[in-house]
Amino acid sequence: MQLTFNKDSKAPGATALEDISSLVDLRCGQAAVLESLEVESDLGRRLMELGFFPGGDVVAAGCAPGGDPRVYRVDGSEIALRTETARFLKIRTSSIRTITPPKSTSSRS
Amino acid sequence: MSAGDSCHNLAEPSSTIGLDPSVRSLRHYVALVGPPNAGKTTLFNRLTGLRQKVANFPGVTVEHHVGKARTTAGREVFLIDLPGIYSMEPRSEDEEVTRDVLTGAKPGIGQPDAVILILDATNLHRHLLLAAPILSLGLPTLVVLNMADDLAKRGGSIDPAALAAQLGCPVALISAATGQGVDKVQQFLEGSSARPPATAKRVELPILQDLPGCRRWAGQVGSDSGYSAPAPPIWTRRLDSVFLHPQLGPFVFLLVVISVFQAIFSGAQPLMDGVESWITLSGNWLGAALPEGVIRSLLIEGIWAGVGSVLVFLPQILMLFLFIGILEDSGYLARAALIADRTMSLVGLQGKAFIPLLSAYACAVPAILSTRTIENKRDRLATILIAPFMTCSARLAPYLLLIGTFVQDRPLLGPFLHTQTAAMLGLYLLGFLAAIATAQLLRSTVLRRQQSVFVLELPPYRMPNLRSLGLRLYDRAFVFLKNAGTVILLVSACLWVLAHVPYKDGQPAKLEDSVAGQIGHAIEPAIKPLGFNWKIGVGLITSLAAREVIVGTLGTIYGIENADKDDVNLQQALRKDLTPAGAGALLVFFAFAMQCFSTIAVVRRETGGWFWPSVQFVYMSVFAYLSAWGTFVLLSR
Repeated sequence: MQLTFNKDSKAPGATALEDISSLVDLRCGQAAVLESLEVESDLGRRLMELGFFPGGDVVAAGCAPGGDPRVYRVDGSEIALRTETARFLKIRTSSIRTITPPKSTSSRS
Repeated sequence: MSAGDSCHNLAEPSSTIGLDPSVRSLRHYVALVGPPNAGKTTLFNRLTGLRQKVANFPGVTVEHHVGKARTTAGREVFLIDLPGIYSMEPRSEDEEVTRDVLTGAKPGIGQPDAVILILDATNLHRHLLLAAPILSLGLPTLVVLNMADDLAKRGGSIDPAALAAQLGCPVALISAATGQGVDKVQQFLEGSSARPPATAKRVELPILQDLPGCRRWAGQVGSDSGYSAPAPPIWTRRLDSVFLHPQLGPFVFLLVVISVFQAIFSGAQPLMDGVESWITLSGNWLGAALPEGVIRSLLIEGIWAGVGSVLVFLPQILMLFLFIGILEDSGYLARAALIADRTMSLVGLQGKAFIPLLSAYACAVPAILSTRTIENKRDRLATILIAPFMTCSARLAPYLLLIGTFVQDRPLLGPFLHTQTAAMLGLYLLGFLAAIATAQLLRSTVLRRQQSVFVLELPPYRMPNLRSLGLRLYDRAFVFLKNAGTVILLVSACLWVLAHVPYKDGQPAKLEDSVAGQIGHAIEPAIKPLGFNWKIGVGLITSLAAREVIVGTLGTIYGIENADKDDVNLQQALRKDLTPAGAGALLVFFAFAMQCFSTIAVVRRETGGWFWPSVQFVYMSVFAYLSAWGTFVLLSR
């Protein structure tokens, strides 16, 4: 049940592509399409259960005071991950876009 | 059975609610299952009320609730509240139990007759992921969509009938917090005996191993059921912009922690005084009502003094659980774990360890039980091993007695800080530093290899439910009183007997010649370097069971009736026997030693063997002995 990072994920193969960056590169209020989860399969499964699916949207929602862990909004929930984990969740750099805060909804609640 | 087992395993075979096979064959039982934060426990509390108990499955340590629900038609159904799961692929011991119960693989209890799957309606797509593996079990299932009020308030909607047709099982849209729609759950419980035939037109379930496929299936089922997701929780975002603010966040965090402490120590004081005077009064009354003799002496000096000295802590422990309950149910505790994570990681722990370590200030037993939410085994073990260093409320009794006796109360920093308060704070700091040093030691030695991962869901903020809070306190009070009524009572009675035998000429032996006295004398050479005499030695031995017992023991030893921490006579007697240096050594010894049977028992259960509790006990004892020795030498100069 212990979680260890897949050592192979540090191999340059995946990051060689110019277009690939990681969730760590998202600034607050930015969204991107998740490309792949380069983590050990057990952790990958849990992350998917929490909403991190390849092809799905991830929004950087904020972070703890001090910058780490970071909070991501994904599939309707907010999930906190340490930077060391978020680094292995890859996104396509070209899919990064800035989301404006949803001001229109504030009147509804 | 050991103390921890007896105090936390309430569903014994004799109990009417339970997993006793003979009972099982006669009654129906329904399992409540759902992802964390779906409101499972709120629904369970609403259905069972006070007809519930904390229980443990045989062989494992996972605490869960079992209860009786009475339907409107008067039918009684047994409910079991299973630990929250994200999938049927377990990653923690909690989740493993849930899977085993649902698949019928758990020996002794068999598969449930029906399942209530509770999902958060405001986050339906993701929560429906769990519906696929649960429905594929083939058990009669009711899908409960909770937080209906939230969904409507935030402008979302769902057609429960359409979802029911697709899933082939009844669906109820409810709000467990307000009670809206709970009658539909009652109706399901009513009919759960006769298994209804599966509806024909259900959608095909996805291949469970294919998670992205399951998610597509959930999305499809959701949109075919007219699900429109609600607007984001605006209040949660507003609150988080304060609570997770780079400067304000840590400030609020500290404010919360300080308020909890203030409430435990100052707020609980009047209640504790009340309990104490009630114990004294009832002891006096009982003493007057009974004829003089062995029985009266045993009851008053032995049992009443021993059990009473422990009961005093009930208000404080309940106060802590009230605050932790409010923080947990409101959603702030997850933010606290997030804020604490960075600091905790410096000593090799993670943010989720913050909750158990905070609870350990009340009592290490529930703290160690609450480490189960930490999925990583290494982090969990480290947290278990350092939790008993936190200054639990049981240490308060000897601390208050010794500080009251040996520290002159005078202002230290004007009117703000007195010497006695400073001494108390110093002892708290000492325990905390020992915990951190031990965590560091563990990180650089036995628990080095594994990398820990921190994944935490931040649920939306919610108003805590008074009913759930009340039930939680009721639970804890019950467990605590049961412990006081069994373990502590037994230790007190045994000590009284040991302090009175052997009888000579029909008269009890003098304390010095009694069995207890002889044991004290036997260990005197070992404790003399710390500045303790044989009387303190007897106290050290009896307080192996529980720290607070030493106060009652010293009271018994000095032959004072109704000994308690405010007793001036006990203080005078102590001053004759203990030098200030010895008192300092005794305080330090109590700060570090693992004198608690319940904790040892719970560590054995949680770590699955005697290895870790033995290591922990030896480590803490050696640490305590050497530190006490050092303190005595230093203060004697």
